[in-house]
Amino acid sequence: MSSRPDTVYYFGTCLIDLAYPEAGLAGIELLQREGVEVIFPQGQSCCGQPAYNSGFPAEAKAVARQQIKAFPKDYPIIVPSGSCAGMLKHHYPKMFADDPDLDAARRFSSRVFELTEFLVRVLKIKLEDRGKPIKVTWHSSCHATREMGIIEDSKSLIRQLKNVELIELQNERECCGFGGTFSIKQPAISGAMVKDKVDDIRQTGAALLLSGDCGCLMNISGAMAYQAIPIPARHIAEFILERVNG
Amino acid sequence: MGNPVVVDFEANVAKALVNQQLRKNLKSAMGALSQRRKAVFSNQEEFEQLRSIGSAIRKRSLSKLPELLERLEKKCTENGIQVHWAETTAEANQIVLDIIKRHEASLVVKGKSMVSEEMHLNHFLEDNGIEALETDLGEYIIQLDHETPSHIIVPAIHKNKDQVAHLFHDKIPDTPYTEVIEELNAIARKTLRKKFFAGEIGVSGVNFAVAETGTLCLVENEGNGRMCTTVPPVHIAVMGLEKVVENLRDVPPLLRLLPGSATGQIITTYFNMITSPRKAGEKDGPKEVHLVILDNGRSKMLADPELRETLQCIRCGACLNHCPVYTRLGGHAYGYVYPGPIGSILTPQMEGLDKAGVMASASSLCGACEEVCPVKIPITKILRILRDESYAAGDSPHAVKGHGYKKNLAETLAWKGWAVMNTVPLLNALSMKMLGMLGSNLPNVGPLKQWTSVRTAPKFAKKSLHTLAKERGLRNE
Repeated sequence: MSSRPDTVYYFGTCLIDLAYPEAGLAGIELLQREGVEVIFPQGQSCCGQPAYNSGFPAEAKAVARQQIKAFPKDYPIIVPSGSCAGMLKHHYPKMFADDPDLDAARRFSSRVFELTEFLVRVLKIKLEDRGKPIKVTWHSSCHATREMGIIEDSKSLIRQLKNVELIELQNERECCGFGGTFSIKQPAISGAMVKDKVDDIRQTGAALLLSGDCGCLMNISGAMAYQAIPIPARHIAEFILERVNG
Repeated sequence: MGNPVVVDFEANVAKALVNQQLRKNLKSAMGALSQRRKAVFSNQEEFEQLRSIGSAIRKRSLSKLPELLERLEKKCTENGIQVHWAETTAEANQIVLDIIKRHEASLVVKGKSMVSEEMHLNHFLEDNGIEALETDLGEYIIQLDHETPSHIIVPAIHKNKDQVAHLFHDKIPDTPYTEVIEELNAIARKTLRKKFFAGEIGVSGVNFAVAETGTLCLVENEGNGRMCTTVPPVHIAVMGLEKVVENLRDVPPLLRLLPGSATGQIITTYFNMITSPRKAGEKDGPKEVHLVILDNGRSKMLADPELRETLQCIRCGACLNHCPVYTRLGGHAYGYVYPGPIGSILTPQMEGLDKAGVMASASSLCGACEEVCPVKIPITKILRILRDESYAAGDSPHAVKGHGYKKNLAETLAWKGWAVMNTVPLLNALSMKMLGMLGSNLPNVGPLKQWTSVRTAPKFAKKSLHTLAKERGLRNE
C-alpha cells in the first residue's frame, strides 16, 4: 500500500467479540488516533478457522462467504489477531479455489492486514510512552509468525516504548498449545504445552505478558490463573494504548 | 502386515506425559539436533533456494513415477540387481523370506531401514526362525531392549547414556558396567563386528534410487550400512516406491538437504552408491543384490494430486525434531512406525483413518514442521484434508481409507449450528448477548471440561465488540 488510507474496515474476530472487546476497542482507538476512520461492519462474525481446522470445510466456507459479503468496499481490513488475519489472507483464496466467488475472495484477502503490521508498515506510527517503567515479555502466535510474518512489527512497537523493557522468552517460537479446537480435542498434550510456556514466561521475571492473539492469551492466562501465578496477560493493542495515554 | 497391536492413543499420551525422564531426554536431544540444523542452514535465503530445488526434484520424480520405476527396474536388471515388486508389506516380507530360504541362511544383518520397520520384518523373520540383527547403533540398542524406533532417524533418542549403560551391562554377556561413551561404542562395535562376518544376508534401506543409472544410494554415519551391503554374500535392499529420482544430478541437492535437516551435518560419514553385485574379477561385494520395491498404499497417495505431496518426504525427521507435540510425547506414543508430523499424515493414509485417524488431530497446526521441511511438504494442509476426511461421507473428495470414521450427528449438528450463528448477523448478535449474560458462569461440561483441566474458564464479556462499536457510533457499512 503506497498511500496512507483515511478509512479502514475493522474485523474484530469472534473471540474478541465474545471475551476481549476492550482489546478490540483499543485497536480501533489506535487507528483513530492516527486520523484514520474505522468502519465496523455489523455483519461480520468469525473468520471460519475453528471449523476449517476441525474437519468441517463446508461450514467454514459458509461463514467465510458471509465475511466477504460484509466487507464489500475497497478499504484495508485490519485484524487484531495474527491467526485470524492469516486465515482471511492466506486460506480464503484456497477455500474458494473452485468457486465463482474466487475473485471476490482474492480481492478480500489482498486487503487484509494484521493490526500491528498496519500500524507499523502503513501508518508508520510513532509512540510516546507516558507509562511507568515495566518489564514485559512477549508471546509470538504461530500464525502471526509463520503465516503473516509480522512478529517484528509487533515487537518494534513495544521497543518504541522507552520505559518498557522487553525480555524475550527462551522458546518464543514454540506453540503455546492453544491451536483452537486442538486444546479441546487433545487436552493432555495442549496442557503439557501451555505448562511449559508458563514456565518460560515465569523465568523471564516479567511483570506482564503481551501477545497479539487473544486465543493464545486465553490459553496462557487461563493456565497461569489456574496455577495462581500473578502475571497478567494482555493484548498488545490495549497495552500500547494505555502507555501512550499515560 | 498391519500394526501388531491396537493403539490406545489417549492412554499412550497420558503415559508419555508423566514420564519426566523421557521429556528430559527428548528436550535435550531435539534441542541439540535443531541447533545443529540451524547452524548448517544459517543462511535463510540459501536454504530457501536449496529447498525449492529439493522440492522441485521430488515433485518431478513423483509426476513421472511409473515411468521412472520402469526405468529403474530396467537399469537395475541390466546391472545385475534383481528387482521385486510388493503391493503389501506381507508380500514384501515373503519375498525377503524366500530369498533367505533359498540361501538356507539363518542370520541376517540389517542396516537401518524404516521400510523394514513398516514391514515389521524383524518380527516376521523371527517367527520364521531367522535372526535379524540390527547393526545401526541406535537400532541395536532398542533391539536389545525389545523396543521399536521412537524416531525415524535417531531410533533410540528416547534413551540417555545411563539407560544405555545399564542395558548393555544387563543384556550383552560379560559386559562390565560403564558410562563412558567411547567404551559403550567399543562394546557395540566389538559385538557387531563378529556378526557382520557371520551374517549370511545383509538387509538395507534405500535413500534415493536413481532411475537413470539404476543406482541405490544409502546415507549413513557408522559404516554398518557399508558392512551390511558388502560383507554378506547376498544384499537385499528394501524401499518404498516413492524413493526414486530421475537422474544422478538430482542426488547432490537432496544429499545436502537430508543430513543437514536430519542431524545438522554437511554430509554423512558414509555415502554408498550401489549399482551392481560383485562383477567377475572383483574381490569383494555381494554375489547377489535384490531390490524389493514396496507400495503399501503409496500408489493410492500418488493418484491424489494433493495427498501425493506426502510422498515427497526424504525421511530426514526435521519435522519431528521441531514439533512441539512430538518433543513431548516421543515416537512410541503414536503407536505406529512413523511418528510426528510426517507420521501423522502418512500413517492414516497407510493404515486407514479408522485405525490411525487420531494422529491427524494430534497437531496444533502451528506450522513449525513446514518451516523446516527440506522438500516443502504442506503438512498442515494435508492434516486438514485428513481431518475433513475423518468426517466425510461416501462421496468424499479424497476417499482416504477408513474415511468418515468420526462422522456423528452431535458434532455435525454443533458445527451446522455454529455456521448458522456466524452467517446470520441477527442470530450472531443474539448468541453473543446470551453468552455475555453467562459471563464466567459457564456449565463445566463437554469442551469446557477439557479446557478447565489445566486452565480457568474463560469469562465472556457483558457487551460484545459489535455492541460497543455501535455505541461508539462507528460506521456500519
